[in-house]
Amino acid sequence: MAGLELLSDQGYRVDGRRAGELRKIQARMGVFSQADGSAYIEQGNTKALAVVYGPHEIRGSRSRALPDRALVNCQYSSATFSTGERKRRPHGDRKSCEMGLQLRQTFEAAILTQLHPRSQIDIYVQVLQADGGTYAACVNAATLAVLDAGIPMRDFVCACSAGFVDGTALADLSHVEEAAGGPQLALALLPASGQIALLEMDARLHEDHLERVLEAAARAARDVHTLLDRVVRQHVREASVLLGD
Amino acid sequence: MKETPLSNCERRFLLRAIEERKRLDGRQTYDYRNIKISFGTDYGCCIVELGKTRVLGQVSCELVSPKLNRATEGILFFNLELSQMAAPAFEPGRQSDLLVKLNRLLERCLRNSKCIDTESLCVVAGEKVWQIRVDLHLLNHDGNIIDAASIAAIVALCHFRRPDVSVQGDEVTLYTPEERDPVPLSIHHMPICVSFAFFQQGTFLLVDPSEREERVMDGLLVIAVNKHREICTIQSSGFEMQ
Repeated sequence: MAGLELLSDQGYRVDGRRAGELRKIQARMGVFSQADGSAYIEQGNTKALAVVYGPHEIRGSRSRALPDRALVNCQYSSATFSTGERKRRPHGDRKSCEMGLQLRQTFEAAILTQLHPRSQIDIYVQVLQADGGTYAACVNAATLAVLDAGIPMRDFVCACSAGFVDGTALADLSHVEEAAGGPQLALALLPASGQIALLEMDARLHEDHLERVLEAAARAARDVHTLLDRVVRQHVREASVLLGD
Repeated sequence: MKETPLSNCERRFLLRAIEERKRLDGRQTYDYRNIKISFGTDYGCCIVELGKTRVLGQVSCELVSPKLNRATEGILFFNLELSQMAAPAFEPGRQSDLLVKLNRLLERCLRNSKCIDTESLCVVAGEKVWQIRVDLHLLNHDGNIIDAASIAAIVALCHFRRPDVSVQGDEVTLYTPEERDPVPLSIHHMPICVSFAFFQQGTFLLVDPSEREERVMDGLLVIAVNKHREICTIQSSGFEMQ
């Protein structure tokens, strides 16, 4: 699409947002009754489902059991109908493996694995519609699911993507902005302490601009945190009403 | 066979040495090991030695039909293999996590940063493009595979010459090296990965970790930069930082 301006002169992006504005986030916890914890999140048009089982006994080989910590097992799958063109392999290809590894790394940093030695926590993430920022949506959905399962965590894990166009840092990229080929940064943050669980960047970005893009991503992640916090409190309130408190 | 576990006293020794800013091989915190690059007889073949870590890179090309959604661009394919001679722990079935991570990092560093001009690899739009395949083999593992692999990949790509081809109407003529000199690939910039290993929750930082240091590290940060001070890729794994 030649001539598609990612940032107009008045400062509006393709979908009408401002540079630092996030897309609309809607989330629900406790979507499935079978799983220990589950959550569904919609970030704009990106829809992701996360399901958590655990902590339970290690499945498969006992030799993988860690004597002092729990094993976190993450699997990422994106549905064949999630992208514009139908994908043939929903899981098992390199990108899905890499996503699974990155999710595992992110959650191993946040979950208090020392409390459950020799056990396993499974996190399964499914992307139903991919419109940019899939990693961020997966991390946010998985955080809510882990909270729904009652597994103790150090802090929320909030993730957001950021890009850089025409000297301005953009927060929460959509698919159009990602496909344009500019630099993209994905950041997973533990908001209270400001610690970074995962930082990943693609494409060329001059080192002078890195600070600004990082700041935009961090700010957006904190905004996501306020939203997720509200969702969790609402869910707890509903659950306690049902219990009759 | 399973990797021999690191003994507790060796781990403590390494961590204490790092706290006192000493490294096992006598390097300073920001020192790289010696890099030696040698080329093979073919175009596109090189061996990179980073200290004792050795990577062999080989580039080959072939004419194929392009991908449907990118009809005017050539295809770039990277494949890093951890051969069994590199370390006793590398066995055919056991390496998947590390392999996926390294391969994806290489792909993102070299393909997404657009260091090769893929449009120049197009011969007949929509029908014939060059597919450049970079095969990297790890021959000896002494830490920091990703740096050595990225250097080997970009050096092999710079060294490679593809056969000359001419298009007249519908006819495509492929010249052998004897008829016409092979043509180099057009490379915009050379991204090189630099790895930083973190210890003690980010308090201590080392460049170019050796294999022992990699075993005791908390986390790894890989930054790929090119000559124009542009950052091509950042990847952090396994730790938390402020």
